[in-house]
Amino acid sequence: MEWKVFLEQAPSGGMTYLGWLMSGAMWTMLVSIAAWIIAFILGSLLGVARTTPVKWLSLPATIYVEVFRNIPLLVQMFLWYFVMPELVPTDFGDWLKGTYPNLISLPFAQFSLWEFTAAVMCLGLYTASRVAEQVRAGIESLPKGQTNAGLAMGFTLPQVYRHVLLPMAFRLVIPPMTSEFLTIFKNSSTALTIGVLELTAQSRQISEYTFKTFEAFTAATLIYIVITLTVIFLMRLLENRLHVPGYVSQGGH
Amino acid sequence: MGDFDVSIIIKSLPILWGGMQLSLKLFGIALVGGIFFGTLLAMARLSSFRMLSYPAAGFVNLIRSIPFIMAIFWFYFLTPMLVEKMTGQQGEAVGPFTSAIVAFIMVGAAYYSEIIRAGIQSVPRGQPWAAYALGLNYWQSMRHVVLPQAFRNMLPIMLTQSIIMFQDTSLVYVVGLKDFLGAASTAGQLTGRSTELYVFVAVVFFVICFGASKLVKYIETRTDPTYQKPAKPPLPKEFLPLTVDGGGG
Repeated sequence: MEWKVFLEQAPSGGMTYLGWLMSGAMWTMLVSIAAWIIAFILGSLLGVARTTPVKWLSLPATIYVEVFRNIPLLVQMFLWYFVMPELVPTDFGDWLKGTYPNLISLPFAQFSLWEFTAAVMCLGLYTASRVAEQVRAGIESLPKGQTNAGLAMGFTLPQVYRHVLLPMAFRLVIPPMTSEFLTIFKNSSTALTIGVLELTAQSRQISEYTFKTFEAFTAATLIYIVITLTVIFLMRLLENRLHVPGYVSQGGH
Repeated sequence: MGDFDVSIIIKSLPILWGGMQLSLKLFGIALVGGIFFGTLLAMARLSSFRMLSYPAAGFVNLIRSIPFIMAIFWFYFLTPMLVEKMTGQQGEAVGPFTSAIVAFIMVGAAYYSEIIRAGIQSVPRGQPWAAYALGLNYWQSMRHVVLPQAFRNMLPIMLTQSIIMFQDTSLVYVVGLKDFLGAASTAGQLTGRSTELYVFVAVVFFVICFGASKLVKYIETRTDPTYQKPAKPPLPKEFLPLTVDGGGG
């Protein structure tokens, strides 16, 4: 074991190998959080749409979920990164691959803005289909009587969702949402296939440069575990604060 | 957009079929191995011996908290070393396919074990107690009483996890194996156009996984002993109060 290797100067980026690892961890978090914002918003809308009795809302949402769930994430990553620029008008495709990456220079990154965007889009849209299923399950777990009572009180259907169903459903789905976030966080490693130097990619790169594979992988694994435990801890706090009195929490325990 | 060239797919079919065979082989071995070791892991975790339950829990939680790709890299690195230690042969005898299989069995075992553990815990405690009272030992009660019921309870989730596992076989791309996706990538380099091939791969995966998930839904209703066909409403529809747009409410 030679853990000192992390303090050596890395061949690029003007930092040590430890700096590479940290920059990898940062990109893992950035990709995950950006993708999570897309996944949470779009997934919530889709999940709600699937539970409505309105056919032209529920059918497209169902099709979306089935399509994105049944194609492997890695294949979707390739579709966004390699295929999408070919299918859009040529000028726009060239702009994506050429001009767009130069708009902002990413700090400490050895990859371009287009790779980052493709990864975020892919992960976000893929995870939206999973979030939608969780939101739907949350809404469907509520007794039918709640919708009926709301309608009997004279609420319109949107009002029933806004004041009766969603405040309950979103509190009930916190535990499964936590595991979805951890899934997006782990899945962000697939971005390495299109060149995003996130944590897994950096640990492999360190092992290739230094031949200290065991040390490099162990360090990355430890960082993953620390972040996972932190997320679980923070979500427990949130879960306790938003706990619905009289409801046993649904996930896990 | 208009120049979608189907002939590229047709030309590449032999390569793609070779890749699909590798994907299916990997999936089959990972499925059988994963369920086998997953069952052992679940039993170890539920055991009252801490010597067994703690390491099993540690392994499962470790694997589940790192990305699948990280796990593939780990086993890609460790398998040749371990084989070399055990057999004394040179590590190069172990190819990437063997390492990938080990990785998939181990990761699969970790994920399956959680499902199997929940399945075993779903069997009422009275069942093993009754089995012990009848004079069966631990292995007999597991084999003849607990596991058959547990497997029936967890069959739908298990099948769903297997579909995910099949999708995950595409991750072996990262160690350069020519699975279905890897084959498409190679064919793309040979023909100079990858657009059609990646779209084709996506369509094939979709057809297989969507079909399989529909099948799982069907099996789910068939194996559930409490499942009943939706009862006919006792009154004609127009007498049912509070239905909105003919259904949802």
